[in-house]
Amino acid sequence: MADLTKKSLTEIVSLIKKKEIKSEEVTNLFIKNIKNDKKLNSFITNCNEHAVKKAKKFDKNPKLDTLLPGIPIAVKDLFCTEGVKTTAGSKMLDNFIPNYESTITKNLWNEGAFLLGKLNCDEYAMGSSNETSFFGNVMNPVAENTVPGGSSGGSASALAADLTPTTIGTDTGGSIRQPASFTGTVGLKPTYGLCSRWGIVAFASSLDQAGPMTKTVEDCALMLEAMAGFDEKDSTSIKKKKENYSKNLTYNIKGLKIGIPKEYRVDGMPKEIDKLWENGKKILKESGAEIIDISLPNTKYALPTYYIVAPAEASSNLARYDGVKYGFRSNKGTNLIEMYENTRSEGFGDEVKRRILIGTHVLSSGYYDAYYIKAQKVRQLIKNDFDESFKKVDAILTPSTPSAAFKIGEKKNDPISMYLNDIFTVPVNLAGIPAISIPAGTDNNNYPLGLQFIGKTLDEQKLLNIAFAVEKKINFKQNLNRWWEK
Amino acid sequence: MSIDKDKIKHVSKLARISVDEKKIEHLTKDLSSIFKFIEQLNELNTDKVEPLSSILNEPLRSRKDEINDGKIRDKILENSPKKNEEFFVVPKVIE
Repeated sequence: MADLTKKSLTEIVSLIKKKEIKSEEVTNLFIKNIKNDKKLNSFITNCNEHAVKKAKKFDKNPKLDTLLPGIPIAVKDLFCTEGVKTTAGSKMLDNFIPNYESTITKNLWNEGAFLLGKLNCDEYAMGSSNETSFFGNVMNPVAENTVPGGSSGGSASALAADLTPTTIGTDTGGSIRQPASFTGTVGLKPTYGLCSRWGIVAFASSLDQAGPMTKTVEDCALMLEAMAGFDEKDSTSIKKKKENYSKNLTYNIKGLKIGIPKEYRVDGMPKEIDKLWENGKKILKESGAEIIDISLPNTKYALPTYYIVAPAEASSNLARYDGVKYGFRSNKGTNLIEMYENTRSEGFGDEVKRRILIGTHVLSSGYYDAYYIKAQKVRQLIKNDFDESFKKVDAILTPSTPSAAFKIGEKKNDPISMYLNDIFTVPVNLAGIPAISIPAGTDNNNYPLGLQFIGKTLDEQKLLNIAFAVEKKINFKQNLNRWWEK
Repeated sequence: MSIDKDKIKHVSKLARISVDEKKIEHLTKDLSSIFKFIEQLNELNTDKVEPLSSILNEPLRSRKDEINDGKIRDKILENSPKKNEEFFVVPKVIE
């Protein structure tokens, strides 16, 4: 079964359940592909031996009544994994071996999966191109020298290149959906509070949310089912009963109202994206949904708001890295303060330092009201825009990103142009609502482009159904020349 | 507001990050353009808007005031860059 690694997660699960293939065979096929990761650089840590051991153990006594029986999964290196180095893409944590497991990964292992490796990402998830990682940039399997997006760039790249059957990322301002869009894969940012944040290296706690990254919408439903759930250890975890997203998946979206926000049509957007958006509308209509024009008037203020709120929260979250309890410590300096200053200066990269400085400034005495409180007010307005719209529509359709994947280095020296990548994804995080990106076409370079569906709080099932119906009609086919294997 | 070199030095002191003198100029330029970008918010009148305090519709839970872990001292010390028996070690703070 040479092409097994190209199959969807759902297909692999079904083959294992029917005992047509063993977990060890599956694991070894992915490990074989991982041997060609050198040019992609999507892995920070390989767990090949651990995975084979786990697979053999599974095969000896297969427990098949789980969601992910015997499935090897590589995860973003932002999830703490017990006994396995967890770096967050930073020099600061290059030597950090957690002695606890994040709730999300624990949930996956409880469903029969096991760890295949830890995937590259932007440092502390701060970036949109995976160029800020201490472990080097990641390349997009779509084309050499092209970014996979970020911050879950290693996850997207490894998934698209068939190095893992599925993966998980985190999304603070688009970090799952933008790389999914750039690599022709599916990515879901769940409702804030649906997936536990416990054991995930924190970036901006009121925005961070873990989510699945998969090859198909069906896989996405299956993974969300395994990940979601109440967690006592996360104070913002939502108490609700488990849902069977994959079992309840349906193509029937007849009568649903889908909003098209006029503010998402931005200047300079490639015309292929406009075409893609039109095609999305057409497919929805054919499926019996109703298209309604809506307005989200404060959309243009979402990014400026985000670049106050996220750095503010990051600056306080990252205050813990002081070289005392864990992580890197500089040996320069003669007193405690100098030790702190040198540790943080040498341990953090430029983008992380930049955001800590922005955050420190907007929270500092005399500026707090003008920046932070102002941003929280505008955040309320952005949330109100969505609340108003969802009185009229079931979901909202937008492009996922304003462009396709770009070249490595192209935007590195201009932070604003880099930040603009997240213009369509950031409002969702500010409002705490769910959104999914699915591959929907290509630009004139043949690089994938995504469409995004935005839903109401805890309306993941409806979002998945809409994405499922549209995915089927678009029938996007990834066509990679596998340059990284040559 | 404008960001100048002194501002950068002050904020980096607050953030406990030493900034390389050679990099200050570049950083000043970057932060100035970022602050210009975020100050677009000033176009909006928000006098009558309450700042968002939580994105959840429910109030934050508080946990029971009880001990539910403990006896993990050695585990916690495992990752420390420098330790002495059961203590974290830092450079001398008292002369």
